[in-house]
Amino acid sequence: MKLLTHNMLTSKCIKGVQEGYPLRLKVENVEVKESDYNQEFIVRLLPKIRYDAIYSAAKDAGIAEDLPDSLPEDAATSEEFLRKLHHVLLEIEIMAGELVCPETGRIFPIQNGIPNMLLTAEESI
Amino acid sequence: MIPPLRVISGKSSFRMKSSSMKIPKKTFASRGFYAAKQLCVGFLFLPLKGSLRTSKRFTPLHCISSRSFSFSMASRGRPEHQAPPDLFYNEEEARKYTSNSRIINVQLELTERAIELLQLPADVPCYLLDLGCGSGLSGETLTGAGHQWVGMDISAAMLDVAVEREVEGDVMQGDLGQGVPYRPGSFDGAISISALQWLCNADQKDHNPPKRLFKFFSTLYASLSRGSRAVFQFYPENSAQVELITQQSMRAGFTGGLVVDYPNSARAKKLYLVLSTGGVNPTLPRGLDGTGSDRAVESRSHSTSRPGKTPTKSRDWILAKKERRRRQGKECRPDSKFTGRRRPAHF
Repeated sequence: MKLLTHNMLTSKCIKGVQEGYPLRLKVENVEVKESDYNQEFIVRLLPKIRYDAIYSAAKDAGIAEDLPDSLPEDAATSEEFLRKLHHVLLEIEIMAGELVCPETGRIFPIQNGIPNMLLTAEESI
Repeated sequence: MIPPLRVISGKSSFRMKSSSMKIPKKTFASRGFYAAKQLCVGFLFLPLKGSLRTSKRFTPLHCISSRSFSFSMASRGRPEHQAPPDLFYNEEEARKYTSNSRIINVQLELTERAIELLQLPADVPCYLLDLGCGSGLSGETLTGAGHQWVGMDISAAMLDVAVEREVEGDVMQGDLGQGVPYRPGSFDGAISISALQWLCNADQKDHNPPKRLFKFFSTLYASLSRGSRAVFQFYPENSAQVELITQQSMRAGFTGGLVVDYPNSARAKKLYLVLSTGGVNPTLPRGLDGTGSDRAVESRSHSTSRPGKTPTKSRDWILAKKERRRRQGKECRPDSKFTGRRRPAHF
């Protein structure tokens, strides 16, 4: 699972959950998979991402050394920052771990890089 | 009308139905029957064709795993009447599905048409959702078109195949009927190839298809950014299903409509539900009718979705495949000037 996906994922489909974001990340196994850098794509992503969630997820994965703790003002033009963001969002794969709902504490396992968000009959409406 | 129920957990009802051999032949084809009955009748007939792995005539409930029987697309009727999608697409079926070149080609074509119908801004990499992504056949086409995508599917076996094939997109396991769990405005668009019809059947006792469809469409609407589209290629069983789907999508706030490609050909006819989150009713693209005048994109032989590989079904590909067969020692007709010749359009 990439950190970009984690930044968009919520647990709001569970009955009773208001926002279900951000999901707390527990990482057991991380891999780095290279991918082509596309500046236009990262710039388009900037308004969509929640940077504080990225920073805390990167800290949980243990790769937050380069990242500033808040979004810099010149983010859209600074190629250095965009490349770091690309690395964190698209090149880090969480292969095994857990996602935890912040409101109910429900655990979603991640196995083989695939998070399992299936809900039981009681949890879904 | 009561929606068809599949009661996998009801042990007694299962035994009762499969032990009665007197089910007349015409009920096999009858659509009015409960899906559970069709599943049991299928067990009775499977041994005759030799495709049931065990030699018993009926397999008791505790012996059934997704391995204990094999599914066939052709002779058993619609897949969604045979089993829920997470059981139907077990490891064997997932492997068969993904290595079948005809299926790969069909999915490729369907995905390319869906991307065309998405009407995304040209040459801009977008962040898309692939709903019912399966083993990533459609997703690979999205990657080839330059987009990033996130896939969702209920079958773990299919998703494992996707990971094995190292698709570029991120896949996750989830039930579309339980909702699309993303932050509002996350995606620039969504596609779904050959998946939506699975939501029309109740696979568990507590499933209510209209409610699930509404949950799916309303959460999808939220997950898409304003002014974006969702394109669904699907195989409806009947017009009641089409109506159910369009009704729930409208309740969720989508505008849009159905695009039918090749409406006069039973074989080639394909249905696309094109939905939009924008407020204004955009003009719907025209369905294809074989004249070729309405295609905005280049023909598939120029597509770059598999860079480095010869486009499928071209003359070079055919000659290469024949060479491969000769090397394998299989019987193969000699090559001639007619090999892979252009044939007139069928429709």
